[in-house]
Amino acid sequence: MKNKNIGLTILATLVIAVFAVIALMPFFFLFISSFKPGSEMIRNGLQFKFDFENYGLGNYALLLTERDGIYIKWYINSIVIMVLQVGVGLFFSSLVGYGLAKYEFKGRNILFLLVLIVMMVPVEILILPLYKEINSINMIDTYAGVILPFLVPATGIFFFRQFASGLPTEIIESGRVDGCGEFGIFFRLMMPLMLPAYGAMTILLAMGSWNSMVWPMIVLRTSEMQTLPIGLQSLLTPYGNNYDMLLSGAVMSVVPIMIIFLLNQKTFIAGMAAGSVKG
Amino acid sequence: MTKERKLHMVKVAPYIFTAPFVIYFLIFFIYPIISTFWTSLCQQVGFAPPKFAGLANYGLLMDPYFKMAVQNSAIYTFFTCLILVPFPLFLAAILDSKFVKGADVFKSMLFIPALTSVVMAGLFFKYAFSSNPAALMNAVVGLFGIPPQGWLEKRVTTWIVLVVFCVWKWLGVNIVYYLSALQTVSNDLYEAATIDGASSWQKFLHITVPCVKPTIIYVLTISIYGGFSMFAEAYTLFNSARTPGDIGATIVSYIYSQGFNRNNFGIASAAGITLLAGVLIINIIQLSITDPVGKKEK
Repeated sequence: MKNKNIGLTILATLVIAVFAVIALMPFFFLFISSFKPGSEMIRNGLQFKFDFENYGLGNYALLLTERDGIYIKWYINSIVIMVLQVGVGLFFSSLVGYGLAKYEFKGRNILFLLVLIVMMVPVEILILPLYKEINSINMIDTYAGVILPFLVPATGIFFFRQFASGLPTEIIESGRVDGCGEFGIFFRLMMPLMLPAYGAMTILLAMGSWNSMVWPMIVLRTSEMQTLPIGLQSLLTPYGNNYDMLLSGAVMSVVPIMIIFLLNQKTFIAGMAAGSVKG
Repeated sequence: MTKERKLHMVKVAPYIFTAPFVIYFLIFFIYPIISTFWTSLCQQVGFAPPKFAGLANYGLLMDPYFKMAVQNSAIYTFFTCLILVPFPLFLAAILDSKFVKGADVFKSMLFIPALTSVVMAGLFFKYAFSSNPAALMNAVVGLFGIPPQGWLEKRVTTWIVLVVFCVWKWLGVNIVYYLSALQTVSNDLYEAATIDGASSWQKFLHITVPCVKPTIIYVLTISIYGGFSMFAEAYTLFNSARTPGDIGATIVSYIYSQGFNRNNFGIASAAGITLLAGVLIINIIQLSITDPVGKKEK
């Protein structure tokens, strides 16, 4: 019996380890290649053999110097957009999700159904009319234009609703008895209880904002205003001579989102468990 | 605050809480959809005033380019669902069993691909699947005696690259969904089954799968959604919305290139409405099976 368990442990750990290694493989190869001239990868593809000949930190220095530090500008743009989008998005989606979960009111079920419908319609369908809308209020090539259509994320509402449904209603009752107003209850009593949900949602919203490509590509026209994904993508032109900063830039672009993930990962799985669909 | 005013607030508060969504819904959801629908019935090129054209744009969708895009999206969605729905559940069950050492570290490692931008991941897949005979994937298939491929030059191999790309990126996310669902499965069921002499596989099939069925359906829904709205992945691999021979065309890349590269807003909108109709039909079927609104009442 004991032998069987040891065998199973080795087998199960091995299976999972193989997938974990495959998951991280791209980072490994891109990281190694980021110290070599970029044109080498463009020409030969990524390979198993490593020659440590032309290695150097030059590609990373380029990120600071090339085109008056355009990479730094992309970085700042990405961070500003992410902070605004995640901050405001968390606030509104928790507000609406809590309202849907903890109050009985006319139209509640219809509102929740609408949230589900918004979740299910790919935003890509709406890019044309959204572009016209943003264009008509002169917000093309601005942070506001990128952020505005995504300030009340439906996935966040759904998630906070599921999470808040599981919180004890007695706390709200006792808050009312103690003379707390409805908004006081939300800000002072419920918000702290929803911290795990905020942790999980921060990761999901930050991922979406940091890596989003299609919509920012449409709204942000000038190079100075662009975010990291579209800026890096623009380096891939067939005539470009910027291949060298492509890989180092891609590697460095993972750092902020990785930090957010590592800081929140403890609450992440717990929060996901409480907020996800239980049927 | 007087008692009446407080009671009044309890009635009004939910409307204030949910107001941001209502405003958002009207301005950034309903209005764009109505506008898309209207544009789809008009002949409009660029920002010229639209001319009503009836269903003409939908007729124009019958071109080979759109057919190619729909076919690609459908095949891609089918294969990603085929892998990304059952397989992560299987891995989550293994991770959840007490047999894996260091499960927490592995969970984080498996989730990391989801954090990467499509652009960075696209760089890897583009050059790992390079046509160079010495490139990563050609070296791997070479071990099985398969000659080097020009992966992104043919339709079938492009599908393979896109499906591998998508599975790599979303496997960890689906594992997390399943892991959180597995926490809700009662241990008593497994113990009872063990006493009855059930094997691990039987327990997986007859206890785990039925218990996490709502999550399976949820993962299926987001996989269908992700499949049909796929665009960024193909865009990074080919670095353009339009690909040679349209091998990388998807429904959304069709919308993008008709709308933004050629300013054919009418046709692009008709394609958008077609996609919307397809997605809604799939989701209405799914909603009527799972009924999340009704169930959550209790």
